[in-house]
This record gives sequence, C-alpha cells and structure tokens, in this order.
Amino acid sequence: MSSDVILQTFGLGKRYGKRWAVRDLDLTVRRGDVFGFLGPNGAGKSTTIRMLLSLIKPTAGHVDLFGRSLQKHRSAALRRVGGLVERADFYSYLSARRNLEIVASLRGDDSHTDIDRVLDIVGLTARAADRVKAYSHGMKQRLGIAQALLGGPEFVVLDEPTTGLDPQGIKEVRELIRQLSQSGTVTIFLSSHLLAEIEQTATHMAIINKGTLAVQGRVADLLAAGPHLVRIDARPLDRAVDLLRAVPGVERAEIVDAWIECAAHPDSTPLLTRQLLEGGMAVHAVIPRRSLEEYFLAITEGASDVHVPGESGARKEDRP
Amino acid sequence: MKSILGNEIVKTALKWRSYISFLTIAIIIPLIDVGLLFEKGGWARGMTRGLASDFLIVGNIKNGFFITYFILNALWIHVPFLITLGAGDQLAGEATGGTFRLLLTRPVSRSYILFAKYVTTLVYAGALVVFMGVLSLALGTALFGTGDLLVPGRDLTILAESDVLWRMAAGIALATWGMCTVASLAFLFSSLVENGIGPIIGTMAVIIVSYIIGNLPVELFTAMKPYLFTTYLDLWAKVFEDPVPWETIRHSMLVLGGFSVGFYAVTWYIFQKKDVLS
Ligand SMILES: Nc1ncnc2c1ncn2[C@@H]1O[C@H](COP(=O)(O)OP(=O)(O)OP(=O)(O)O)[C@@H](O)[C@H]1O
Ligand SMILES: [Mg+2]
Repeated sequence: MSSDVILQTFGLGKRYGKRWAVRDLDLTVRRGDVFGFLGPNGAGKSTTIRMLLSLIKPTAGHVDLFGRSLQKHRSAALRRVGGLVERADFYSYLSARRNLEIVASLRGDDSHTDIDRVLDIVGLTARAADRVKAYSHGMKQRLGIAQALLGGPEFVVLDEPTTGLDPQGIKEVRELIRQLSQSGTVTIFLSSHLLAEIEQTATHMAIINKGTLAVQGRVADLLAAGPHLVRIDARPLDRAVDLLRAVPGVERAEIVDAWIECAAHPDSTPLLTRQLLEGGMAVHAVIPRRSLEEYFLAITEGASDVHVPGESGARKEDRP
Repeated sequence: MKSILGNEIVKTALKWRSYISFLTIAIIIPLIDVGLLFEKGGWARGMTRGLASDFLIVGNIKNGFFITYFILNALWIHVPFLITLGAGDQLAGEATGGTFRLLLTRPVSRSYILFAKYVTTLVYAGALVVFMGVLSLALGTALFGTGDLLVPGRDLTILAESDVLWRMAAGIALATWGMCTVASLAFLFSSLVENGIGPIIGTMAVIIVSYIIGNLPVELFTAMKPYLFTTYLDLWAKVFEDPVPWETIRHSMLVLGGFSVGFYAVTWYIFQKKDVLS
C-alpha cells in the first residue's frame, strides 16, 4: 500500500452561530484506506463531510485533497471524488437514469455504459426508468451510492450509507465497500454511528464527539489498545471481587451497577473464571468488553467523564 | 457549459410547476376574447370617448390588434407574478429538494451553475411573454380580424393597419426585456431562501411597493420614482406612440438592463459564499 495522502484536514472547524459544530479537526486518510468516521448523532460527521465536498466553507482551518488545497483547486479535486451527504435527494420528477445523466454530465462524461455500470452495482437496472418519486427510501439511498460511483472516482465519501437499507442492502453495501477497496486504488471515507459497522469494513478510523476528534488510527490498533475489561456477574459479589483482586494480572476489580468490572489482560479470562469457580462462586456471566466499545458506548450514552483508550498511544497520527 | 445549460433547461421543462404560468395565460386570454366577442355595449366607444366618429378609421375599432393591446395592458400588473412562479423556484427549488448537494459537489464551478440557471430563468421569462403576446395576437386577429389600431391615452393615436405588426413584435421584445429584470429580482430572492414561496412574496412585495411609491403624487415619492425599476417597465407601450420615443425607450432599456446586471451580481456574490445546508 502506497502511503500517499489522499485527504488531510488541518485544524478544520465550522461554527454555526456561537456553537462550533466541528473544531480543530486534523484527519489524515491515505490511498487505499477504508476510513471509518464514527460519532454519535450531532457529533459533526455530516458537517465535516460537507466541508470535504466544498458544500460549506470552513470557519477555521483547511482541507487538502490529493495534496492540494481544496479551496484553490476545487474542480480538479472534485473530478476525482464521488460523494453522498446525508439523505440521498434527487429530482423526484425525473427518472433515476435522467438523474444520473445530469450528475454524469456535470463530471464531463455522460457515457451510457458508466451509468449502466453504477445502476448494476446497486441493483437498480430494472427500475432505472422509473421516476425517483416512486422510489422507496432504501432505493433512493442505493441511487445515492450509485451517483457517488459515477466516473470511477479515486476517493469515495459516503455519509452513513447504510441508513434506511434492509439487512440485505446493508450486507451489499459492506460487500461493495470491500470490493472497491480491494482494487487498492479507491479510497473510501464513510461515516457511521455504529462501531460494529466500522469494525467490519474499515481499516482506519476516527471517532468524533461534540465536534472534536477523540481518537484516530488503525482499527486493529485502536481495538487492541487500552486496558481490557471483563464484566462479571458472580455471586456473592463482594466475595467475588476479593477473589478477583488476588488474581495475578488483574489491575482493577470493582462493583458497578451490580456487575463486577475487572481490568485484566485478555488472556487471563479463563484464569479469572477458574478462580471464581474454585472459590465456590456462582458464576452467571463473564463478558469480555473491549475498551473502545466501552468508550464509544459511554460517549453515545452521553457519559460526561470518559476515558479515552490508548490516548497516549493511538491518538491522532500514529501509524506505521 | 452547453450540457450544464441543457440540464437546467430540461429540468425546468420537465417540471410541472413551470407550466402553471403558461396554463394561466392559456386560460385567461381566450376567456377575455370570448368575453369581448359577446360584448355588445359601448365598450370600445366608451374608451375612445366617441372620437371615432370624428376620425376616419379603416375597419372595425374592435379588431384583433386593439384586443391584443387591450389584453397586454390589462394583464401587465399580473405578469410579474407569473414570472416569479418559475424564476423564484430556480435556486430555492434546488435547496428545498436537497439537490444542491447533487450539483455543487461536482467539478463545475458555482459560477457556471449559477449562470446556466440564470440563462434558464431569462429564457423562461421570455418564453412566457412571447407566449402571451403571440397567443393574444393570434387569437385576437382570428376572432376579430385586423384593422387600424386605436391607442387610447392622453392623446389618442391611430396607427394604420400596416404599421401595427412590427410594433407588436417590438412591444413583445421590449416587454421581455422588462420582465427579465423582474425575473432577475426573483432569482436574487431565490438564492436567499430555501422555500418556493419566499421569492414570490419578496418580488411581489418589492414590485407592489414600488408601483405605489411611483404612482402616489407625494413629492418625496416623485423624487424617488426615477430610481425604481418599475417606473421603466411600461417601455413596451411606448412603441405604440407616434412618433416612437426611441430615446426614452433606449434610456428605459439601459436602466432595466442595469438593474438586471445588478441583481445578478448580488446573486452571484451570495451564491459564492452560500453554505449549502439543505
Ligand atoms: N444548519 C445548521 N445550523 C446550525 N447548526 C447546525 C446546522 N447543521 C448542523 N448543525 C449542528 O452541528 C452539529 C453537528 O451536526 P452534524 O449534522 O454534522 O452531525 P452528524 O454527526 O452528522 O449527526 P447525525 O449522526 O445525526 O447525522 C450539531 O450540533 C448540529 O445541531
Ligand atoms: Mg449526519
């Protein structure tokens, strides 16, 4: 994988009135990455993507695409980019094909083979002549993905591409992203508010919360980073905690909401369980939890003081 | 650029909303014609204050030319409204539909897109005025025949039958020119809001207020009159004066053109900076 930078943002910020929707955002996406952009509702994902596609002007900072300023080389950059921001909206009184023709002509090439190709990718060939008015939400979303792929862009930006899709559609999008990324030449930036979705498709990710970057890095690194948590339900709780604290490798064990939270190395889970059983405890559940998941759940649930896993290690630029 | 303009024309042409204005005209003109057809009373005579008997008029006063002139005069105040129906939707419609995201994330500068939309707006305005003129003329002459045109006004003008047709054509062209300024204003309002009604209300409010200011005999208002573009919208009627005041027409054209350019420049400035949030 070559390491040339496709997208870089420098101190990117957008303020609406007095509130910063996005602030001090430094992102780096390299060629061939599948970059997951994760954040709860209102985190600033769509706002960021609008700035990447030059729909809105940053209040602070700037965006570089393909190593050049987006502001200065807008057309040249956007020629190599395909994007979908928020809801997929079209001219509802025109057919799907006519909509794609309009988009394609703005890219300067409206070859029918390319339109057929993208319609086929999203499985809308049979309905291409229908007016978009008659499309279901999921079909519009598919058409939205199709228009982002017109002209074979090098950089594809998708804002929550799976919203509104049925399970089959979600699977297809995941498969599509995999196929696109396997070519090695297409770089994908996709936002989501589901960690599981990013985990399954992305190679790199960033988590944004309340407009600011929390972590950024390789998905594998981030998921492994930080202390590993195990949630245990073993009775009686207080005696189980004492037993666990005595186990070598356990950094911490405490009762939280009628559960025991135990920070330990992932390999020590069998040892923990054996100790509890040998101590005569009634073990109801042992659930390993990765700290990133905990962390992400905490921010989506709006917990105030959250610990950022691997903050010292994985934060911002930390790549091989 | 050609295909971008083509896109805009096709989008406008395939939109049902674009035809409301044409439909309105297509209904109202035959309605007036039929109404006049059954009119027996002293309508035309009243209008010309019996002068007809003192002059030699070839043919019928109530002829197709006169009817066309009458219709153009009567509908004059209402046409701007019909223009804004289409012009006001050009930018606001994209904002409402969320389709700006489709257009403005492409390797085409915003200036190009805006220019294509502006040209489309002007074409729409022109088509509407020409449609109205041609329909009244065609239907009027078909139903009432042709003849000398008697132009009511402070000094009564009688134009020979052979002298009328070119004036009709010139009148329609000048009316188009004036309506382009109205369309430009609606276009400007269209860039400001994200709904289809705002530009219509905004444009009509400006026009109505300007008409009122321009027609009230108050000193302050009279002083303001030359600075209102509505003052010049009647330029089309001037070709029916004899002799034609070409200098006045030229001046009106320049002022209206200046307003159009100004409105477009403001729209361009707004559109360049606009955050696409829809
Ligand atoms: N047009 C706007 N005017 C004012 N504030 C806005 C506007 N658009 C977005 N915001 C604010 O900016 C913040 C980020 O919004 P954004 O749409 O980027 O979030 P998001 O991460 O895409 O959320 P979601 O998952 O719900 O799509 C929110 O606090 C939102 O209220
Ligand atoms: Mg969003």
